[in-house]
Parts: sequence; structure tokens; C-alpha cells
Amino acid sequence: MYPAPFEYHRPGSVEDAIALLTTYEDDAKLLAGGHSLIPLLKLRFAQPKHLIDVRHIASLSGVREVDGAIVIGATTTHATLERSPLLRQMLPILPEAASQIGDAQVRNMGTIGGSLAHADPSADLPAVMLAVGAEMTAVGPRGARTIRAEEFFVDLLTTALASDEVLTEIRILVPAVGTGGAYEKYPHPASRYALVGVAAVVTLAGDAMQRAQIAVTGIGSTPSRAREVERALAGRPADAETIAAASSHVADGIEVRGDLTGPAEWRGAVAREHAARAITRAVQRARGEWATGARSA
Amino acid sequence: MATATTPTRPLIGARVTRREDLRFITGRGRYTDDITLPGTTYAAFVRSPYAHARITRIDTDAARRARGVHAVYTGADLAAGGVNGIPVGWVLPDMKLTDRRAIAVDEVRYVGEAVAVVIADTPYTAKDAAELVAVEYEELPAVTDAVAAMQPGAPVVHANAPNNVCFHWTIGDAEKTDAAIRGAATVVRQRLVNQRLIPNAIEPRAALASYNGATDELTLYVTSQNPHVHRLIMGAFVLGVPEHKFRVIAPDVGGGFGSKIFVYPEEVVMCWATRQLGRPVKWTAERRESFMTDAHGRDHVTDVEMAFDARGTVLALRVKTVANLGAHLSLFAPAIPTYLYGTLLNGVYAFPTIYAEVDGVLTHTTPVDAYRGAGRPEACYVLERTMDIAARQLGIDPAELRRRNFVPAGSFPYQTPVALSYDSGNYAPALDRALQMIGYDAFRAEQEAARREGRYLGIGISSYIEACGLAPSQVVGSLGAQAGLWESATVRVHPTGKVTIFTGSHSHGQGHETTFAQLAADELGIAIDDVEIVHGDTGRVPFGMGTYGSRSGAVGGTAIHMSIEKIKEKGRRIAAHLLEAAPEDVEFSGGRFSVKGSPDRGKTFAEVSLAAYLAHSMPAGTEPGLDATSFYDPSNFTFPFGTHVCTVEVNPRTGVVKVLRYVAVDDVGNVINPMIVDGQLHGGIAQGTAQALWERAVYDEGGQLLTASLMDYAVPKADMLPLFETDRTVTPSPVNPLGIKGVGEAGTIASTPAVANAVLDALSPFGITHLDMPLTPATVWQAIQSATRRG
Amino acid sequence: MTRISLTVNGITHEHDVEPRMLLVHYLRDTLGLTGTHVGCDTSQCGACTVVLDGERSVKACTMFAVQAAGAEVLTIEGLAHDGTLHPLQAAFREEHALQCGFCTPGMIMAAYGLLRANPHPSEAEIRAGLEGNLCRCTGYHNIVKAVQRAAQEMEAPSTDQAGREGRVFTPVSVAPVAAD
Repeated sequence: MYPAPFEYHRPGSVEDAIALLTTYEDDAKLLAGGHSLIPLLKLRFAQPKHLIDVRHIASLSGVREVDGAIVIGATTTHATLERSPLLRQMLPILPEAASQIGDAQVRNMGTIGGSLAHADPSADLPAVMLAVGAEMTAVGPRGARTIRAEEFFVDLLTTALASDEVLTEIRILVPAVGTGGAYEKYPHPASRYALVGVAAVVTLAGDAMQRAQIAVTGIGSTPSRAREVERALAGRPADAETIAAASSHVADGIEVRGDLTGPAEWRGAVAREHAARAITRAVQRARGEWATGARSA
Repeated sequence: MATATTPTRPLIGARVTRREDLRFITGRGRYTDDITLPGTTYAAFVRSPYAHARITRIDTDAARRARGVHAVYTGADLAAGGVNGIPVGWVLPDMKLTDRRAIAVDEVRYVGEAVAVVIADTPYTAKDAAELVAVEYEELPAVTDAVAAMQPGAPVVHANAPNNVCFHWTIGDAEKTDAAIRGAATVVRQRLVNQRLIPNAIEPRAALASYNGATDELTLYVTSQNPHVHRLIMGAFVLGVPEHKFRVIAPDVGGGFGSKIFVYPEEVVMCWATRQLGRPVKWTAERRESFMTDAHGRDHVTDVEMAFDARGTVLALRVKTVANLGAHLSLFAPAIPTYLYGTLLNGVYAFPTIYAEVDGVLTHTTPVDAYRGAGRPEACYVLERTMDIAARQLGIDPAELRRRNFVPAGSFPYQTPVALSYDSGNYAPALDRALQMIGYDAFRAEQEAARREGRYLGIGISSYIEACGLAPSQVVGSLGAQAGLWESATVRVHPTGKVTIFTGSHSHGQGHETTFAQLAADELGIAIDDVEIVHGDTGRVPFGMGTYGSRSGAVGGTAIHMSIEKIKEKGRRIAAHLLEAAPEDVEFSGGRFSVKGSPDRGKTFAEVSLAAYLAHSMPAGTEPGLDATSFYDPSNFTFPFGTHVCTVEVNPRTGVVKVLRYVAVDDVGNVINPMIVDGQLHGGIAQGTAQALWERAVYDEGGQLLTASLMDYAVPKADMLPLFETDRTVTPSPVNPLGIKGVGEAGTIASTPAVANAVLDALSPFGITHLDMPLTPATVWQAIQSATRRG
Repeated sequence: MTRISLTVNGITHEHDVEPRMLLVHYLRDTLGLTGTHVGCDTSQCGACTVVLDGERSVKACTMFAVQAAGAEVLTIEGLAHDGTLHPLQAAFREEHALQCGFCTPGMIMAAYGLLRANPHPSEAEIRAGLEGNLCRCTGYHNIVKAVQRAAQEMEAPSTDQAGREGRVFTPVSVAPVAAD
């Protein structure tokens, strides 16, 4: 409940933040909403000497559309994602997932960048980032670079960000017409982290699934694309049998974790069920039965 | 904004909104951690990371030298300072006593046991310095499971109990029961695990102690359900502080559920440390500490045998239970799995004979003691779960099997084979009403139809009894209690006719400031706003046994009633004198003493009160003043009862259980405030449902508590529970003049088996007859998988 | 020590604080506003909930006081106006939505945030909206009723309703409230 002492910095710009990171190196941690970091500090599981608060850097916040892409500032809160009219119209999977993170208070402070950079294996947004093919912009002393979601999540609590880099924004291409996405979560009864989270983005061509991007979180050490599911869907009719058969592959290649809530076999079964639900709803959305994932013509 | 709702009389039985609420909804409650005295210092404990270890060395030098640190104490310091062990308040024959030290000396016996304390300027600096205390341990083998602890060669928790059995206790007639079981047409046998729970009152335990060296007075603010009991035990047995120099205040307390009855090590340390330092010392638990050190609940393994004749009539019950007591005996630990459990095994049924034996076993885990219901939920679970298993085995509808075996309505008082005499009861109407509310027959039809679609609905019934109104002092004394269980009340009438009531009961959510005021205002015929209720302070209340065991209304309320009767009697004599009438000709009604047949000739309660204090004209031999103190010692327990019914749907693909509806029909005797009674039931049902579906304390084999945070231990949230549908039957208790039975624990006791039975009913098409709680999705799913594989 | 200035219940305060001091400790120990409680150490129980900048409920145990510099904080002590209870406070009393009272300030502040975001919540939305707050006494039954009642009370046209219009939103409808 009582964190160890640290020095607090509130830089006014990304450049200043990078300069502080460069100065203090491993002794420093970036602080955005703090909802991943502060719980660790309170239990003294982490004891950084310097906290660099980037929450007040104006350029890091907000959701906007730029050249056919949606650009989300890293310190945009989950609550903002949840309520963003732009996202609700163009990319409803993201507000849907954001609305299921933690609880209302957590969503009011927690940020997309903080969540992604923390890379908790049970976090919700990483799966969505993988399914929508997001790109992360990282800025460091050597300038800016783009990291694809698939390269971003390296391992348990580990991302491709260098220790002196700041995640500044997330870019997601506006989905093509006929695309729908959905996120299905099975929360831990106490922590509300995802024991299972499945994000599905499906593009239809007629009755067939032209393209499917499916990602799963919670069950392994890091979120990942469910390639076997995608392969089993691609080009096939968007019907219940296809979806059920494909969903059975959701944990293929993943060493599924068991924990106090249940063994790995059960977690796998829940993942299969939630994959089917996510894909089914993604298809419904692609068909326009739910708020469409595509801009209206 | 302070105007309370003042409905027309009678107040007893009326839905009166709570007088205590205004301070809570405006942030002006005063809980222990809210209190800071000038010069307050803060304590942080260093705790054992091992379940069992020898302490080989403690180096406190660095911590002592740290910034802002006032002192660092170890168990050796307390022992040298004359602090005794914390005693146990209930002693069974041949029981092995454990020497429980506030801070461990030489050996630690559970993860979280205190090994040192740091006292510093702020909680932050105390925590910093606590990290600097270097403790060297020699780790020893540990045992956490009670059944395993009884096996030969198991690690020993206390040397004086070499097989870890603290006591072996029996009740009932072994031979008669054996014979009945041998001759029975059907014997239902089942092993039932009642898992360990962690209470989790939302207010963490806290203690603030302050010693005034000039007056030699020690004051302790503490999260207690019974401050006088704290004072007596700590003053007389642990610290050697005289009671008249020791004031214990339990201010607003944020929930207890039993966990704040007991004297805990941290409170002892605060009281001792403030005397050393001459400054106030405060400790407030972090939630992680609450998980590790608040007394846990339940943790039974039971083998039950229930015998029936060919018509489904119960013949006998035989129960063998192993109860995990944890590493030390907490204050009332020995009573919970014995006199509050074994005696309740008759339930609402007419068992001709019962025999129960209980082994109380020590393990390297957090001490176990009373948690909401305390023994009675365990007994109810044994009976009601087994009754459902029996119904299936006998091919009799579970509602019908229960009804067939109820103690008949005309047979009260009813003597059970396990010592208790039930005061009053009428069990069938509550069952019938509950079945009607849930629409039992319609649900069975819906269940059939759903099964054909591959959907799994279930319905669970639980007909419970509870023993409340603890307790006749002579009886509990003969059974091992080291205290009486009466209650006291002082009613002080002020010269203006306003009334202050000092009750030994303690409210930590139960609403006594409202219900006791309703009672007093009604009986005295005055406005509810003219009554003040004082509780929770040994400096103001003469004495009290506190609140637990659903006893406040039945016992504390009756003590108030008795004092009011005395006041009315004295008032009548004074009024008669003033009215120049014979006392027997004066009656009291609507707040006014008047002469029978001449209602014009009268004096109001306020006028008589003033006269009593002016004392200008008093009847001969009557002292001035108007107050009264009473000690009410009940002649028996009271026995609330009822039937709860729950419906669920199980998703076979994930194992998730969804509670569809929950119906509770309770008979708690006469009701003072139905709003509060319903509220008690709601909360109890939530806790009992949580045991059935979610909550479980888990230790690994090395004795680490794996569920030591609210991230891991599933206290239910709003979206996990339904609205509850409640109704009542009313069978007054003849034990007390108010006819009250008690309601604090009923919901917890009834709900666990109702929910478990519903889930198992839903799973019956798979041939699943029993699963141990909690019935988590994984447990349910795995059972379905193995059943399907078998099938 | 870091110098901070922030507004709490309409009053501006300036203090030197240790950066590590949690907002909840600043409110309780420095300002003496003990209505905001601490019930856990993992951001689960919500007893410490306050409202930040007029509309966002946050957990004051998961925020440093330095982070709140420049912000406006509303605590339970600031909710009643000129002796008139806020409709949520009144509804909690009328519906018996509290017993021990310890979770109550956080529960009310969370409900305040909920109703700012969604003035007409369904029962399921209320339950989901309060998932960040634990109550061990009430089983939530009467809390749900109280929030419903307060929502009705607040629905009555009031002068500042128009000002709130821009912040009103409808939650994503498909989000499940709990696992099934």
C-alpha cells in the first residue's frame, strides 16, 4: 500500500520525456494512467527511482482520422476509446474491448499506451491490436520508428520498445467495406483481467470470408494471432459449421496456462467457445447486422 | 437534512430509514483509521514468508537507525516486557492449548505471522524500515490440510499435540445411531468438503492505542464487534492492565462477519507499544495482511451417513468431521465446529438419533474461527446437500422429502437428539411459500423442456434452521465457554424526557441505532428522535458481550426492554404520587401516565421525568432520578428457520453457472424493521452464494496462501448476483418477551446449499451426483467432461 | 518533496508532498477528509473512489497526489450542496443501500460517475458500472435500487442538465456484464 520513494517528473513534451529516459535509464519508468504500474509500486514489486509522467503531454492524447487511418494517442484513456464516436462508427471492436477493461474507474485513468507497453498477458487491447493489424509509433533519441503489432508483443511483460523509447501513437487502417470485428472476453472473477479474450476481424466477399484476423489473449504467455483459425476461415462460407470448426484451433501452438481458476484444458474450451462467439459477431457486423465496421458509402 | 422518517406508530414492525446513514452518506463516519491523535506514530509488521520455520536470527539494527523510526520490537521484547500469550475463550475437555504470542518467538507457524514490528513517523517510513529488518529462518516442513495433518509422520504444529489433534469431540448416541443405520432400508453416504473462506469485511482491521502516563490510562480504538470482551481479555490476561484504567472504543466498524470478534496480535502490540513510547501508535491492515491474518472460516471435511426407511422417513444421521483450526487457537475456535455445529445437525428434521464426532486439527495455516454463521452453515450444508442426494437416490422429489421429514408443527418445544430444544417453529408454510414464489412445478416443466434443447436448468432447495440469541450463560459455561453470553442495557432518562440508551450490543452495519430506537420510542411512547443509542465504548457502556451469532435483537433488545419496563414502573409510581392516585390505578399509554377511567388526569413521560429529577415531591422511599440497568440472560437459544430456493442455468460448454432467481422465505420471529431484516438477508445470501460458486482460500503444499488478494479471491461484485425475492412467515419466539429470533446469519446459512443443490440439479442429466464447492466453471466443466467420457 | 496545488470540493489547496504519497492519503491525512476510505491494496474494492475534473470516477488509491496537481477533486464530503443531499445520497438512505457504511462513499462516487456517463442505466448497466466497487454487506440488491431511484430523481428537468448534454453517451450495447 505504501510505495518506496521516487522522484517525479512531469515533462511537457515527448522530447523532454525521452531526455529524462536517457538520463535515468533503467532507474526510470514512464507513468501514464498508472493502472498497471502503481499497483506494482504499492506492493513494492517495482521500485523505480524516477517516474516520468507523460499523461499531461497534449500531443499524446486523442483519437483522430488521418489519411485513411485512425490514429490514437498513447495516453488516450480506455474511457475515451469506449466513448469515441469516431471509433464507435469506424472500429467498434475497439470501444467494445475497451469497455470491458478493468472497471469504470480503471478505464477513466488507464491508457491504451500504458496497457500495450505493459504487455500483461491477460490484457484485452493487445489482442485487438493484433486482430486489426495496428502499428505502434515509438519515438526515441534516434527518432521515430513504426512497430507492427505482431512484432510489438515479444513475451510476458516484454515489448519491442527500447528502454529509452516512448510509445506515442497507434495507427489502425480504416477497415475495408464488408469488414466487421468483435471482441469476446471471459474475465477472471476477481481481477477482471481476461482469462480468455478473443478478437476477431472478418472481411466478407459475398457469403464467404475473404479474410479473417483472429487474435487471442489471456491463455498464453503473450497475446498472439490464431493463424490456424484464420486459415480455417479464409475463403470459406461464413456459416456456423465453419466457424465452429475453425474455432477449435484457437489454442493451436499456444502453451495454454492453467491457474487457480482452472486447468489449461478448461481454459482452452473457454477460448474455443469465445472464439466462436467473436467470429460469429464479427460476421454479423460485417454483414451490417450490427454497427458496421466500414464507413458508410 | 437531519430529519428522520417518523412514521405513525407502531414503530416496531415499520420500515424506518436508518438514523446512522446520514453520517455514512456524507463521509462523516468515524472508523478507527479515521482517528488520528496528536503525535500519532505508525506501525508496520514484518511477517513470516514461511508457513513453518525456526527463527534463527533477527537483526533490527538497520531498521532502528532508519529515518523517522521510533522503535523496533520483536517477540522477545514483548515477552521480556511481560506480555502474555493470547488465550482461548472456549475450552473443551482434553483440549490441547496453544501458546499464541502476539509476535512469534523462535518459531513461526503460518505465512503472515508477525515476527517484528517497526514504529515510525508515517506509515510510509514504517514500511521502508520494515524492509530493513533482517530475519533468518530455518525452514521446516509444513502441513496445511487437516486430514493430512492427522496422518502419522505429519509435521507437528505444536509439540503438545503430537498428532496435531487439538480435541476430539462427540455428541449424540453412537450405539443407537449405529443400530439405526444397520437396520435402514437406504443409507446415503457422502464425503463433503466445506472449503476455507476469508471474511473480507471491506474495512481492514485497525487499532490505535494511546497511553497517558500522567493518568495511567490506556485507550484503544479498535475494529471490534465486542469492545468489552477485548478489554477483559487483553487487560486481565494478555497485558496485565487493570480494567478501570483501560478504555476500549469500537467506533464505526466497517463490517465484521465474525472476523472482528477476536483479540488479535496487532491490537496487543499497539497497546504495549504506546506504553513504551508514550505516544499513540496506529496500525491499519493492508488488504494483503487481512487475507493472511484475519481469522478464516469453515474448512471442514465431513463424512456423512443419512439413513432412511423404505418410505423415505429419516432414521438416523452419523457425521464425522475433521475441522481445520489453523496454526493457533483463535478466541472462539473450539466452539465453532462443536457446539455451534454438532448441535445443529438435526436441522428442521425429526431425526430419531444422531451421532457426530469432530476432530479439531492444527495446521500451518491462518487460525480459523467464526465467520458469518460459524458452524451453522457447515451443519446446514451437510444436511441440505445430503437431503438432495438422498432425494435423487430414493426417487422422491426433494421438496417432498423435506416436507415428509420436518419436525411436525405441533411438537414445539422440540427436543433434538443433539442437546438443543427448539423454541418454536412451523416449517412447512415457509417451504410452501418459497415453492409457490419460484413456481416450482412450472420450473420443473421448463427444466424438462430445456433439457431437450441441450440447456441445463437446475433448482435447489434449502430448508434451514439456525440457533441465535446466544446464549444461556449457565449452559454455555457448562460446555466450556470462558464467558457468559447475556447482554446489558442502561436506559438513562434525562430530566427533559429525552432518553439515552447504552447497549452492550455493537453495530457494525446491523442498524442498532435505528432498531433499538424504534423499540424504545414505541415502548416509551416518545418520538424516535428523542432516543439516542450509545454503543461500542467501554468508557460509556457498563458492560456488554457484543454482537455476533445474530444475538443483538433477541438478547440486547430484550435487555433494553427490561430496563424500559423498570423505568415505566418507577414512572408509574411517581405519576401516581403526583396525580394522588394509587399506582395500580395508573396506566401508561402513548407516552402518558394517566388514571384509569379518567384520561384527563395524567402526566406526560417528560413531566414525570422532570419530576423524578427535581425530586421536590417523590413517593415515600423512592430515590430521585430515572434510569435503569438490566442484564438479560436468555433461558434458551432462539431458532429462526425458513426455506430458500434458487434456480440456475449451467452452460455446458464453459461450465459457467448463472443464477436465474433467488427466493428466500424466512421466519425470524417478530420483526422490528423489515427493511433492515431484508438487508441482512440480502447480504447473507450474497456471502453464502459466493461460497457455493466462487470463494475459496487456497494454500499450496508449502503453505503459501495463493489467494491473498482481491485479484485472486473472488468476493462477489454487483454483476455476479441477481435481485433477491424475499418473504416471511412469523412464528414468534417464546424465549424472549419481544418474540424476536434473529436474522444476521440466516441468509448465509440457507443460501450455500440452495445454490449448490441447484447446480447439481442442473447437472443431474450427466449423472453427476455431487461436486465440492466452489462450483466454479472449471469444476463444473471438468465434471461434465468426465461424465461425458464415462457416459 | 514536490509542491502541488489542486482543488478539492471547491477549495484550492497547496502542499509540499512526497511524490510517492497516494492521493487517498493526501485527502485523508493531509486534508483530513476521511470520508474517502482504503479497503484494499490492489485497486479492486473502490472504497477510495473520488471524482476527478467533474465527471470521471477514479480510484484515489491508484493515483499519486502529484498526478492530481492542477485537477479538481470531488469527494463524498463535497457532494451535498447547501445542506441538501445529492439525489444519490438520499436514495442510498431511502433504499437501505448501506449497512456498515464503509464502502458507501466510494460506491456513491462511482455511481455519480456512472450516472454522468449514462443517466438512464438499466439494472445490468448499473451492476456492470459498479463492478469496480465491492460491498460485503448488502449483496448489492439495494444499491442497485438506490441508483435506479437516484437516476429517476435526477431525470427531473434541472438547470444544469443542458450543460451535461455534451458528455452524455450510450454505452456499447454488446458488452457482456459478466462471463457466461
